[in-house]
Amino acid sequence: MSAALESPAVSVRGLRKAYGSVEAVRGIDLEIPAGEIFALLGPNGAGKTTTVEILEGYRSRDAGEVEVLGCDPASERSRLKPRIGIVFQSTGVEPYLTVRETVTMYASLYPRRRPVDDVIELVGLAEKRDERVVRLSGGQQRRLEMAVALVGDPDLLFLDEPTTGFDPAARREAWEVVKSLAGLGKTVVLTTHYMDEAQYLADRVVVISAGRVVAEGPPATLGLNEHDGVRIRYRPAGGAAPPAPFAGAADDNGFVEVHVDDPVVALHDLTGWAIEHGVPLEGLEVVRPSLEDVYLALTREAEEGGTE
Amino acid sequence: MSAVALTLDQARYVNKAFWRNPARAFFTFAFPLMFLVIFTSLLGNGTVHIGTLAVKESTYYVASMAAFGVITACFNNIAISMTFNREAGILRRIDGTPLPHAAFFASRILHATFVAVLLVAITTAFGRLAYGAHVPSGVTLLRFLVMLLVGAASFCALGLAITAAIPNADAAPAIVNISILPLLFLSGIFIPFGNSTPAWILWIARIFPVRHFAVGLQAGYLGTPFHWSDVAVVAAWGIAGLLLSVRYFSWEPRQE
Repeated sequence: MSAALESPAVSVRGLRKAYGSVEAVRGIDLEIPAGEIFALLGPNGAGKTTTVEILEGYRSRDAGEVEVLGCDPASERSRLKPRIGIVFQSTGVEPYLTVRETVTMYASLYPRRRPVDDVIELVGLAEKRDERVVRLSGGQQRRLEMAVALVGDPDLLFLDEPTTGFDPAARREAWEVVKSLAGLGKTVVLTTHYMDEAQYLADRVVVISAGRVVAEGPPATLGLNEHDGVRIRYRPAGGAAPPAPFAGAADDNGFVEVHVDDPVVALHDLTGWAIEHGVPLEGLEVVRPSLEDVYLALTREAEEGGTE
Repeated sequence: MSAVALTLDQARYVNKAFWRNPARAFFTFAFPLMFLVIFTSLLGNGTVHIGTLAVKESTYYVASMAAFGVITACFNNIAISMTFNREAGILRRIDGTPLPHAAFFASRILHATFVAVLLVAITTAFGRLAYGAHVPSGVTLLRFLVMLLVGAASFCALGLAITAAIPNADAAPAIVNISILPLLFLSGIFIPFGNSTPAWILWIARIFPVRHFAVGLQAGYLGTPFHWSDVAVVAAWGIAGLLLSVRYFSWEPRQE
């Protein structure tokens, strides 16, 4: 048991893959512990899908070591198949079977199974269980695909851009399903180009751009690595001018936003000055860079680095 | 589940889905019967000479349309539905599961063959009732069934093989028709061969499997001689189709 927990679900060293002269993946290292919800974040064309398809065994690699659940997906794919579940970016299921028939059919292909009705319940399709697939909405079909991926009781679940093309309500629903998977102790590998998705779902995020890892860490700490760092935002009442390090151009609403190196020291200095001069600081807050800011900065750097 | 149980189970689901697509099921069965009625109405009172035997056109067409039905149910249906499934990503998903590829192919061939046998039974019953066609029995029936099953499985294998040459689902019906329709004419399915049939047509009929299959089935209905060589030629094409499928069949959609 403890040995199983210690060995990572996915381990990748120096992964490379080129299509003709285009290098899609240029030396990626990943280590995903069992039980983690892991997000691979990056813009379209960054190499996310190629990386995941190599892990799933759909695509060969040019170089590097890959181990998924202790198997090499290239040479031991048949040993891997019963233990992984995949929600693809765009695939279908047979349109003329019902939800229940579809899930039962896929269950029959796996040596280990979760109860069909439980899985249908888990993805929120209980009321649609006797409906034919062709009559489901897009979001419902997506959830059915999640049920199909789960019914073989996989140790590792791949979700490739699971909510692309969803409306906001459907995305929320899908997120809740993924969150509930964590409760089942599954390892989840998620690719997405939505920052909020990674932020909400993932224990850990790896940002890739132009085929390389550009940042790695839990979504909350990822922002702290960003050089631009933290900002302080406030509105000095009555047009008072704060001292040099905190001065800045006010926006249309009179708010000033300044970058600071250490928010603790900066707040002390700013509030000290404000009390001393009797200047109220309206709406004072510390603004951490959002994952989106970090992501944009990182991917921009990587792209500029790549073209030099 | 064993590979055999998995195959049967898969075939059951394929069958369920088949009948729930009424247009597809209807036309699979309606086409051969419709052509049977049209051809016998146009030409039904004439006779066809096969060797020294004179056969009523109507009876000739029962045999021909049985062959046509099998080819539609197996070759056309498998090629078109596999291409559709491939482009819709269904094959890609299946390829990601532990289902053995052999069980997947076997279940599809099994189901199409089942539909083909049903179609031949209906065509025969219709021919018997409407045109007084002969129904195979005894040893003739056994030989007829061998030809039928070998032919159905072989045309399924060829249907799987041709998917490699079909770029997308939209192109599937056109490519399937261009590959089979001329051959049906050049094999005497729609228009019986006569004394003046050009030699090049006879050669084409001799090389490809359609004529051999039709002649094999005719032996059951018309009392013409049965040649195992016809079974062998059809089987050889089937094996070639299977080998090509193993080598070139694609589980991935061709176009994004």
